Amino acid sequence: MTAKLSATGLTLFRGDRCLFEDVGFALDAGQLLLLEGPNGSGKTSLLKAIVGMLELEAGAVYWDGDPVLEQRQLFHGSLAWMAHRVGFKADLTLVENLRFEAVLRPQVAVDIDDILERVDVARLKRLPMRSLSAGQQRRVALARMLLADVPLWLMDEPYTNLDREGSILVAGVVNEHLAGGGLCVMAAHQDVDIDAPVQKVTLR
Amino acid sequence: MWNYLHKMASPPHFYRLAKILIPWLVLPGALLIAYGAYAGLFVAPPDYQQGDAFRIIYVHVPSAYLSMMAYMIMAISAGIGLIWRIKLAHAVAAGAAPVGASFTILALITGAVWGRPMWGTWWEWGDPRLTSELILLFLYFGYMALRNAIDDTAKADKASAVLAMVGAINVPIIHFSVQWWSSLHQGPTLIRQGGPAIDNEMLYPLLAMIVGFTLVFAALLLRRVRAEVLYRERRTNWVRELILSPRGDG
Amino acid sequence: MITNERELPGLMAGFVATVKRDLLLAWKRPGDVLNPVVFFAVVSTLFPLATGASPEQLEFSGPGVLWVAALLATLLSLNSLFLADYEDGSLDQFVVSLQPLPMLALAKALAHWLTSGLPLLLVSPLVAVSFRMPAEAIGVLIVTLLFGTISLGLVGSIGAALTIGLHRGTVLLSLLILPLAMPILILGARTVSLAATNETYSAGIYFLAAYAVAALALAPFAAAAALRISYE
Repeated sequence: MTAKLSATGLTLFRGDRCLFEDVGFALDAGQLLLLEGPNGSGKTSLLKAIVGMLELEAGAVYWDGDPVLEQRQLFHGSLAWMAHRVGFKADLTLVENLRFEAVLRPQVAVDIDDILERVDVARLKRLPMRSLSAGQQRRVALARMLLADVPLWLMDEPYTNLDREGSILVAGVVNEHLAGGGLCVMAAHQDVDIDAPVQKVTLR
Repeated sequence: MWNYLHKMASPPHFYRLAKILIPWLVLPGALLIAYGAYAGLFVAPPDYQQGDAFRIIYVHVPSAYLSMMAYMIMAISAGIGLIWRIKLAHAVAAGAAPVGASFTILALITGAVWGRPMWGTWWEWGDPRLTSELILLFLYFGYMALRNAIDDTAKADKASAVLAMVGAINVPIIHFSVQWWSSLHQGPTLIRQGGPAIDNEMLYPLLAMIVGFTLVFAALLLRRVRAEVLYRERRTNWVRELILSPRGDG
Repeated sequence: MITNERELPGLMAGFVATVKRDLLLAWKRPGDVLNPVVFFAVVSTLFPLATGASPEQLEFSGPGVLWVAALLATLLSLNSLFLADYEDGSLDQFVVSLQPLPMLALAKALAHWLTSGLPLLLVSPLVAVSFRMPAEAIGVLIVTLLFGTISLGLVGSIGAALTIGLHRGTVLLSLLILPLAMPILILGARTVSLAATNETYSAGIYFLAAYAVAALALAPFAAAAALRISYE
């Protein structure tokens, strides 16, 4: 049986520098792929390469056995992306931001307020994003993931700027996603506290 | 045939092949130019309308046509590099730009020199071909500026490829619109409407110059691309061996 | 969290939502909309100040001056087309979304036109009157500016996508776009001149319209390719 998300021979150069070479993995439902490595080792680049933002020197990523480059729209419609920069418009409120993003990926049929309560930003919902702290913005980014009705989550350093409560929230949310049959690829350089089976790719 | 093309696209193979080709281009080219220049200056009779001033066309016409051809080569090879991901094609595009720009400047200078006796000024905005040539120079500058502004070679290749292709589509539009613009005020032009009435004694030197210039252009382009290839592949084994080999590199 | 039946957001919904979002953002910063219009008016004023304001000079130079001013005003506002989204990371979400990137480029170009090209169109008759332009020529001016600003915005979006975040991006963008904009300028300005002197001017309008249609069809794809390349 082919793995849900797999890759072989991923190689990326930045100018003359080789960021990673011949990276491969096979991920199934309910599993977490953890990208480990020090700062600047190429974790973010590997994530971006998987999701299609960077062009690989060699290798390919497969979703349901087919190359993602041949089914870009389907693949993108099956994932949600949490980057280092939260990616919200500073002038708009968090509700305006999240409502707009409903056209970017399939959404769950849940009341947005419930999700906002869950990540503890409901009282901030009328404020422009610029008024929120970095930690609060990251919680809104988490709300984006919860609102998405997609099997694959890709997260780049999701614990950044979060206090202890926030970190527990992230771990809880990811565990739930994995338990429900989802997949997650995460770049992190700390203990992630996930129950599900974890595969690791270590970059130098 | 695909095997041959695939082999052609390999940088070390191209590097060696180009080195062999260059003298075969330069020598015949130089001979043709020598003949064309001599015949053009001394053998061809003076033009009944322009006198001796017309003789500059022996340099102007080849330069102008090559400036256009260089842009097309640049755009097509950049497109090939972008679509089929062939690195050598990007090197060709990068090499073609400065060579093409130089021929454009040459065409502009000789065009101005040509026009001076007729117009009384060094520049005549009314002439559509000169104006088109100037815009072509701006297109070259834009391409080179974009390449320059991006540090990563691969990214610069791709970005400038998009620009070159968009520019290539626009070149006929630019020509047409400048032609239309010039026709609105019936300014003096370099070439009469029906094309120059040209006899053989004028024609043969011109053809020789055109072919000769083209051969020399090809040689210049190959030299430039060789330098590009050497720079881009500087970390590879074949370049290392080349540098370390007893003869160095010719 | 994962359901089997999913209603995927459609292309049209994505297009409309993107245009609305950009319009909403512009609404929150009215300066961004007013600046190009004011710039247009100010630049137009520069010419009579510099070259003299006799009636003949004004009438003669009017079409050209207005068109150059419109071109420069549009050019200035183009630099920020993708920049803000790129810098705050919201462009990333587009790139990894199921919406096609050319659609995004077209939607942003439309929103940009609504907030810069359209105001220019509306203000241009006022400035044209100050240049003693006859009524029919003003009508032609509006039509040519309509097709012209659309074309400029679309071609400019390609340049904007290529130069996102580059050092001295504005100057570079101008250098890239201006040669490509010259045919539009020639066609627009000279057509208005012809109208002002009561000659036939329809050819220019047809060509401008054709250019705009071609740009609508092709530019979004080139801009999308350029956006992907800018991420490298």
